[in-house]
Parts: sequence; structure tokens; C-alpha cells
Amino acid sequence: MSGVYLIGAGATPVAEHYGRSLADLASEATRAAFAGLPEFAAHRVGALYVANALGDRLAAQGHLGAYLSAAVGLRGVPAVRVEAAGASGGVAIQQAVQAIAAGAAEIVAVLGAEKVTDQLDDAVEAALALASDAETEALHGLTLTAQWAMLMRRYMHEHGYGPEAFAPFPVNAHANAAKNPLALYRFPINADKYRKAALVASPLNMLDCSSVADGAACVVLASERVAREVAAEGVPLVRLAGVAVATDTPALALRADPLDLAAARASAHIALGRAHLGLSDVDVFELTDPHGIAAALALEAMGYYEPGAAPRHAADGAITPTGRTPIATAGGYKARGDVAGASGVYQIVELLRQLRGEAGPTQVDGARVALAQCLGGVGATAATCVLVAER
Amino acid sequence: MEIARHWRARATRYRLEGQRHRHSGVVRFPPQPPALGEEPDVWEPAPLSGRGELYSFSVLRQPPAGYESFGIYAVGMVRLEEGPLVTAQLTDCAEEDLAIGMPVEMVTRRLADTGEDGVLVYGYKFRPGLR
Repeated sequence: MSGVYLIGAGATPVAEHYGRSLADLASEATRAAFAGLPEFAAHRVGALYVANALGDRLAAQGHLGAYLSAAVGLRGVPAVRVEAAGASGGVAIQQAVQAIAAGAAEIVAVLGAEKVTDQLDDAVEAALALASDAETEALHGLTLTAQWAMLMRRYMHEHGYGPEAFAPFPVNAHANAAKNPLALYRFPINADKYRKAALVASPLNMLDCSSVADGAACVVLASERVAREVAAEGVPLVRLAGVAVATDTPALALRADPLDLAAARASAHIALGRAHLGLSDVDVFELTDPHGIAAALALEAMGYYEPGAAPRHAADGAITPTGRTPIATAGGYKARGDVAGASGVYQIVELLRQLRGEAGPTQVDGARVALAQCLGGVGATAATCVLVAER
Repeated sequence: MEIARHWRARATRYRLEGQRHRHSGVVRFPPQPPALGEEPDVWEPAPLSGRGELYSFSVLRQPPAGYESFGIYAVGMVRLEEGPLVTAQLTDCAEEDLAIGMPVEMVTRRLADTGEDGVLVYGYKFRPGLR
């Protein structure tokens, strides 16, 4: 699978874009992704993968492959929507990598686009809940937030933590988002505010819950041959060294140990294996971190920390840009904003900045290897992408 | 209209009917189709006792569309006596009564608001055990 490169990326701010449509947002992100590329790049796009989780229900538009390919100026290109709930973006990246590796296209665009604010919060919650098991979970009034909340409570019970142990995750996310002009929440919070925040789904409080908002992000992938052409014009190269997707049952109750995100582990290990790299090689992470518990479970599932250890390391600063496992350098799901099916593409946009050394105040010093992992539902789909800067 | 969908699930929702593996005796919930490679009828219907203990829980303050009439409500995962975990709403209890490990038992209650098609959706919930 060697020889697939990331040559461009762009995104809109994550926000409640009441004045803008799905097509507007998609167009802006796509233009931004191609802005730094030679003119031939847009003409040689051989496929478009649209990552979108909720379009039918919340944006009142289906058939998003054809619809958005026309809207962004790629009319005629083979285009398809990829839907894997919150993991749509990561799975779309995987599809794009496979298309290039198979020789089916030389340049592929992956466009994550989500428009949720045309509907009220309760409708958004109900739509998101369909990523769980409709009959045994959503029908009973369970939201994804409630599912993560139950995992958090069980985790606290098994490992002897109070809810405040998870504060370092949103505190780090907000500190980083404050420096990201594209982020939804550009203000810092602290542990004291976390402790006093109102409950959403106990023990999760408002400062430990992401908000779903509108946004679009686009990345441009290319074969090695095209990437070399582009590099000759001064574009620094980043290689998609390994991608992998794994699945688990959407119903939490059907898993042997609900605190074990088995798909997250499998996809991370397979992606790293394909990249011929180990976890200790990774300099910076993007995770599905709408709540501290989600980031903790992902880091533990991947094997970076022992079960029960992640909050302790987070408290010691391990997840900050200068720590051992930096996460959410652009604010993560919590503070950059949760863009549902587009989130996995936003992750790659941020990691490209990191690997090109363009991340400014949240730059991870010397970042060379990056890992993005996005989850659908509560880890029922996990897509992991390992990126390597070529210098 | 989702009448058929609700009717199909009646044994599971009203009797907490799971499945028992004819050879190993393993019990699972909810009923699922046979996996690749399994005999088609190796899983037989098995009603469950409805007794178990609370594995975890949460109290929701921001309900999804279709559940507004419940206001603030509790949900939980219950480890049944027979082994499976079941996710459901918790009822007949205050938040401060809830604790991981407490005994609970199944009751039948209304699961969701009455939708546009007017169907009353009933099913299992769990309440603190009366023993």
C-alpha cells in the first residue's frame, strides 16, 4: 500500500453556519484543499469520496456523491457517499487510498461535509443515536452520549476514579482550540469550571461533551508519481503509510467487555503494521474524543496505556502538545467541534499541518509520524490512518 | 408507519425472550440470526428471568426527539442472571437510589412518546429489585 500521498487539505471553520448550505461549505473546503496545488491537480481528479453521516436525516439531501461533486466543480467524476456514522471520514480515506493503490485513480479527493443545524438538538441526538443499535439501544431512549456516560461510570467504578479525573482531556482540548481559528469553542476552561458544569448524562457534564456542528473538510490524495510532480513545485510530501478499518457490534451490550474498544485496537495495529511502524513511533494523535472517557479508552485499546492508566497520564500532561501522546492539538471533537461524518477528514487536515510544521502554537516539536483514528458509534467502526512526513 | 417493526419484536420486548445454544447452553440476548457456519436452528428461543444486577447507568438530561415526555430519565446496562448484558431504561427509582451492582428486575412499560402513527410502544425496563 506504499505510494499514496497526501498533497492538499483545507477546511471551513466548525460552527453553527445558519447562513450557509451543505454545498457552500463543501465548496469552500474543496477550494481550500486545492488552493496550494498546481492547476493540473483539479483536472486529474479520478474519484471523489464524500464522507457524510447524517445528510438524509438532517440536511434533507441524499445522493451526496453526485450532488456534491457537481456543487464543488468536479462534475462527471466518479463520486460516492461513504457512510459509517462518526467513522465516515476515516472510512472514506481508506476507500481513497485503496483506489489509488489499485491504480484506479491518480488523484482522489475526500470531502467530509456535514450540515446539522437545520434541525433542533433533539432531532440531532435522535439521528446520532441511529449509529447505535436501533432496536436494543436507540428505541430505549439511549443517546451516544448516554452510552459513553455509562462507560465512564463503569470505568470510574473499576479503576477507582471520580469524574474530575477526566477534566484534563477537555482542558487540553479547549487550550488548543483557543489557538485554532477554525475551532468551534475558542476559549480555555479549567478543572474548577469542569467540576461545576451542569450534568448532561451523568456522570458526563457539559464541559465533557462535544457539540455537533456544521463544517466541511477536504483532503487530496495522490499516487507517488503525481506526488513527485507536485513536490517538484515545492509542496512538502506526507505519505499515507497505513490505513485500516475494523468493526465491532454497534450494541455495547453484545461486547464481551464494553470497556474494551476492540475495533479501535485492531484498526490501529493493522494500520501501524502496514506502515511498518510501532505505537512508540507516533508523535501526534487525532482521536474520537467527544468525551474524556472516549480518548482514554482509545489510548488504552491501542495499547499506549494500561487499562485504567490513561487519566493518570493525562493529569501529568501526557496529552498536551509537549507530552508523550499529544491529542486534540486543534481542539479535538470537544472544542474544535464534532462534525459527525466529516470529523475524520478534519483530523487529517490537522495532522497535515502538524507534519508540515505549520501548526503554530500547538505544533508538536519535530512531528514526523501521526496517527488519526475515528470511531463510528461507540467504537463499532474504527478507521485508523498513519501518516509519515517525508523530508 | 412502523407497526410491523414493533409487532415483530413482541417476544423480545414483552417477554425478554433471548436465545439458548442447543449444545453449549450459552444464553444470549437479543435473538440474532445464526452466524455463518452455524446450524440454522442451533439457537432456540429462551425466555429470561428478568433478574440481574446493574452494570452501569446514566441519567439523561437532554433526551432525543421522541422521548421528551419522560423528562429526565435513567438508563442502564443490566447483567442478567443468565449472563447477557441488556441495555434499557431504569424506572421506579430516584437517581440517588442507583448504584453499580444493585439488584434489578424487569417490568413492562411504555418506551417512547406516542409518535405520529399513534402506536404505543411497550417493552422492558428495569426497576430496583423487590427482594
